[in-house]
Amino acid sequence: MIAEIGKYFMFLGNLFVNREAFRTYYRLVMEECVSIGLGSLFLVALVATFMGAVTTVQTAFNMVSPLIPKFVISQVVREMTVLELAPTIIAIIFAGKVGSSMSGLLGTMRITEQIDALEVMGINSVSYLVLPKIIASILMYPMLVIVAGVCALLGGYIVGIFAEVITPNDYVVGLRYSFNPFTITFALIKSVVFAFLVSSISCYQGYYTHGGALEVGVSSTKAVTNSVIAILISDYLLAQLLLAQ
Amino acid sequence: MIKIQSITKSFHDRMILNDVSGTFEKGKPNLIIGASGTGKSVLLKCIVGLSKPDFGQVFYDGRDFYEGDRDLKIEIRREMGMLFQGGALFDSKTVEQNVMFPLDVLTKMSSEEKLDRVNFCLKRVGLENVNRKMPSEISGGMKKRVGIARAIVNNPNYLFCDEPNSGLDPQTSVLIDDLIQDISEEFDITTIVVTHDMNSVMGIGERIMFIFKGQKLWEGTKDNITHSNVKELDDFVFSNKVMSGLRGK
Repeated sequence: MIAEIGKYFMFLGNLFVNREAFRTYYRLVMEECVSIGLGSLFLVALVATFMGAVTTVQTAFNMVSPLIPKFVISQVVREMTVLELAPTIIAIIFAGKVGSSMSGLLGTMRITEQIDALEVMGINSVSYLVLPKIIASILMYPMLVIVAGVCALLGGYIVGIFAEVITPNDYVVGLRYSFNPFTITFALIKSVVFAFLVSSISCYQGYYTHGGALEVGVSSTKAVTNSVIAILISDYLLAQLLLAQ
Repeated sequence: MIKIQSITKSFHDRMILNDVSGTFEKGKPNLIIGASGTGKSVLLKCIVGLSKPDFGQVFYDGRDFYEGDRDLKIEIRREMGMLFQGGALFDSKTVEQNVMFPLDVLTKMSSEEKLDRVNFCLKRVGLENVNRKMPSEISGGMKKRVGIARAIVNNPNYLFCDEPNSGLDPQTSVLIDDLIQDISEEFDITTIVVTHDMNSVMGIGERIMFIFKGQKLWEGTKDNITHSNVKELDDFVFSNKVMSGLRGK
């Protein structure tokens, strides 16, 4: 376990040695941004919309006291979405979609000797293949989190009105009531950390794949599992560091 | 010229290569032969630096690869071209992009210069009008030829071929062998070919190293391989029915 963590940090160290020209990375990062960002947009928007809708209905279902004003429903939805659902739950979706894809791609490249081919050409394969993926993830994931937040609040709004659990006016009042802008900053900090963890852990698992097709699958599974564990641990640590009074 | 000295390599207490030394000359294919699992590919990986030997040295025209610093390693590697067993073409790139890749990353050539060079190399390996095809759309033999084109596109001084004939029909195998020989001579490249194909050995084996259980047992040419008086080599050479028939005569 400790040896594995050490190997992971050495892998990260290799990202920054013997790099190629800037123009090479610029093109690769842009390609990855399109693949990671646009490629995940539909799934993220879909999951977030339903997440917001379900949170609204369930919060309304639990608000049994007539003394609690209706706008509290959207206030709860807002806090849950911004603090946890958008950055953390979407990070788990991100690990499943993007992380497994990164790991599978690198694993396949490893077993078909494409990574060896890069090394023989004198190219630092870690830097060439992994660094653009990490940079693109760090650039795109916070944007996906913002989209997810907006979609979740919108989903909650639409369902809240159609299910007649809250009026449009109450929903907007709840969204604005007692709003602390730091929660957005906190969500974005979390999203950067999660993006780094998911992309680096997934690439690490894929890069060190040995064997054949079976091992590529094992690496992808490990990539998602380890990414989710890292997300949950770092989620707690960040909450403790940045939110604890 | 490439010189290896006392290459020794083990995996988990299992000795794969034991004190292998030799010289690989310029301008001709140098063959490393032996049965499957004898350490040929591991030796090739040790030579190109994909697997560091436990002990031993590799000299590229007098430059010690493993003792040199990072810059020297990169410098030597940029003088290498390698044809992998499965071609190792990048799946997401077209044939043209695959061959152009080393030029894109490692040189500052203009787009026109790069395209000219790519077309020259593809033509040299007998491939034309396949520039836009993806690796999945071409045959195994064509993949090998694209692999050779990519290996020579950057004018390498050293060419390495790992089982270039595996999975190919006899006619295509001969074509690939001839291509490797012609390119080695034409561009004066030090070429090392790992193979267990006796047709290749008898076709282009101008200099042959026989590996058995991780040790170099014999060195010579295709002309004297059939009368080496090394039992292990005879067993390997005459395990082929055609060769066995020749011995009978």
